[in-house]
Amino acid sequence: MASQARGKVTIDINECKGCGLCVAACPPKCLELEDGLNSYGVHPAHYLGVDCTGCGICFYTCPEPGAITVYRMSPPPKAVITTTEERNAPAH
Amino acid sequence: MSDYQVTHSKSQVFYDVFERKAELKHQTHYCPGCGHGVAHKLVAEAIADMGLQDKTIFVSPVGCSVFAYYYFDTGNVQAAHGRTPAVATGLKRACPESMVVAYQGDGDLAAIGTAEILHAANRGEKISVFFINNAIYGMTGGQMAPTTLVGQTSTTSPFGRWPGNEGYPLHVCELLATLEAPVYIERVALCDNKNTMKARKAVRKALELQKNGAGFTFVEILSPCPTIWKMDPLDARRWIEEKMLPVFPLGVFRDRPAPQMKESPVPHHTFVEALELDTKDGDTHERAQTSKQAGRSLTLKMAGFGGQGVLLLGQIVAEMGMREGLEVSWLPSYGPEMRSGSAHCHVCLAQERIGSPLISHPDVLIAMNEISLRKFAPQVKSGGLILYNRSELPEGFEMPQARVVCVPASDLADQLGMAKVANVIMLGALMAENDLLTEESAMSVVQSTLGAKAKSASVLEMNRKALQAGREFMQKAATPVQN
Repeated sequence: MASQARGKVTIDINECKGCGLCVAACPPKCLELEDGLNSYGVHPAHYLGVDCTGCGICFYTCPEPGAITVYRMSPPPKAVITTTEERNAPAH
Repeated sequence: MSDYQVTHSKSQVFYDVFERKAELKHQTHYCPGCGHGVAHKLVAEAIADMGLQDKTIFVSPVGCSVFAYYYFDTGNVQAAHGRTPAVATGLKRACPESMVVAYQGDGDLAAIGTAEILHAANRGEKISVFFINNAIYGMTGGQMAPTTLVGQTSTTSPFGRWPGNEGYPLHVCELLATLEAPVYIERVALCDNKNTMKARKAVRKALELQKNGAGFTFVEILSPCPTIWKMDPLDARRWIEEKMLPVFPLGVFRDRPAPQMKESPVPHHTFVEALELDTKDGDTHERAQTSKQAGRSLTLKMAGFGGQGVLLLGQIVAEMGMREGLEVSWLPSYGPEMRSGSAHCHVCLAQERIGSPLISHPDVLIAMNEISLRKFAPQVKSGGLILYNRSELPEGFEMPQARVVCVPASDLADQLGMAKVANVIMLGALMAENDLLTEESAMSVVQSTLGAKAKSASVLEMNRKALQAGREFMQKAATPVQN
C-alpha cells in the first residue's frame, strides 16, 4: 500500500485567479491548473491528490489571502523511551 | 488513517468577506500573480502570530493597495498620496501603544512621498513601513516611477528610461541607510520560494522591533507587476531576479539599536491644561453664565501692516474672550511677508456658537494705518466703532454710519518708550468702549502670550502702562471726533 501523503492542499476555485504561481512553486509538483474554467473564466489550480508534503510554499506564493489551505498530517504520538533505572526511580 | 491538521490558511487578520463590491467578495482586487497579495499575507500572518490584531492600525497609501482597508480587519486609515508616513507618525505619537503599519508603493513612497518617508525615518518614528517596489506606476496604467530601471519602457518613457532625461532609479533603502535614526532597513524580493520566505522573516522582524519600541523599521519588497510589465506571472518573477536584483541588491542595510535620541524638556501640557494653569481659579466658564455678557457678542476687524501686531492683538482679544467663557474665533489674513505687507484678522466673541469666523460687517474696526482705514471702514456696521491709529483723520475721509475715534496709539507707544505696544494701547482703548472684556483677563493673557519675555517684569509693566494709556486716552477724549 502506498503510504499516505504527509500533507494535503485544498484550493477554493472561486478565489483562485489561475496565475499558476503555486503550480511552478510546488516542490513535489503536486499541483496543476485545471483544464476546465471556474465561474470567473480562469483555469483554477487543483491538487493532484498525491505527494503533498504540507510544506506551505504554495500558500506563501499565492497572492490570494484565502485561496489555498494547507494541511499536514498530525504526527503519531512519540514513543517514550525510558531506562529501567528511571522506571524504578521513586516518584517525587 | 491519520488526521490532517490545517497548517496554513487565510489569516484571521483578513476579513472573512471583502465588502468592496457586490460581486467578488472573496477575492482581492489585485491582478493574477500580483505581489501585493503575497505581501498582504506576510503582514497579516505576522500580526496574527504576534496576537496584535486589535492593536494594529494599517495605513494604506494611494496606488493599487489603496483598498487595503477592505482586506485588513484592523484599524485602518487611508492617507493622501505619499503621506502615509506622516499619518502614521501622528497615529503612533497619539497612540504609542498601537502597532502602526505603513504600507506604500513606489510611486507613492519614492515620488510624491519622498519628503514624508525621509523625515519620518530621520525622526526615528517607531513605525514599520513596508515599501512595495515594482519599478512602475501600477494603478494609473504604467507610467515611469522613480524606481523604473534604466532602459525600462513605460507609457511616459516609451523609448526606455534614459538617465540623461529621467535620471537614475532611486535606491530608497540606501538613501534611508544614510540616516542616523532607523533601526532596521532591509530589501527583500518576491521572486522565488526562498526569497519569499526571507521576505516573511523580514516582515516579522520589522513588526517585532516595533512591538519592542525599537524605532523606525523599513522593509522594501521587490514585487512583481505582471499586468503592467506585460508578462505572465512566472516571467514577472524571473524578471525581478534578472533585471531588478542587479539594480536593487537584496540585503540588510541597517540592523542596530536606535541611537540615544533625547527629547526636549518642554512639558507636555494639553491646551486645556495650559489654560487651567494660567487661570487658577477655574471659574471662567461659570462667569459668562452669570455676568452681564449674556446674549451679547462682539465682532472686530483689526488691520494694519505686518509687524504692527494686529494679528497678535486679535489673538489676545480672542483669548480674553475664551477666558471670559465666551465662544471665540480668530481668522488671520496676511501675505507671505513677515514684516510690512498688509495684515488683518477677524475676531468674533459670542455667547452663541459661532457659525463663520469670517466677518463681513464688524462692530469694531481697529485700523492701524490709513490704507486699512480706507479699505475696511465701509464694511463697519451702522452704529459701529472705528479706532484709527492717528491723531486726525486723513483728508477727505467720511464715514457717517460709524463713530470714528482717533487714537494715536503709535505716538503714545513712542512716548512710553516702546513702539511695539501700540497694539496694546488700542486694546486699552477698546476696553474703555466695551465692557465685555476685563482688565484682569487682559493682563493674564498678555502675560501668557508674551511667554518667556513676560518674565521680565519691566516688559509686563510696559504692557500694563500701555493698556492704561489707551483707556485713559479714551476717557479724556470726551468728545469723540465726529464726521
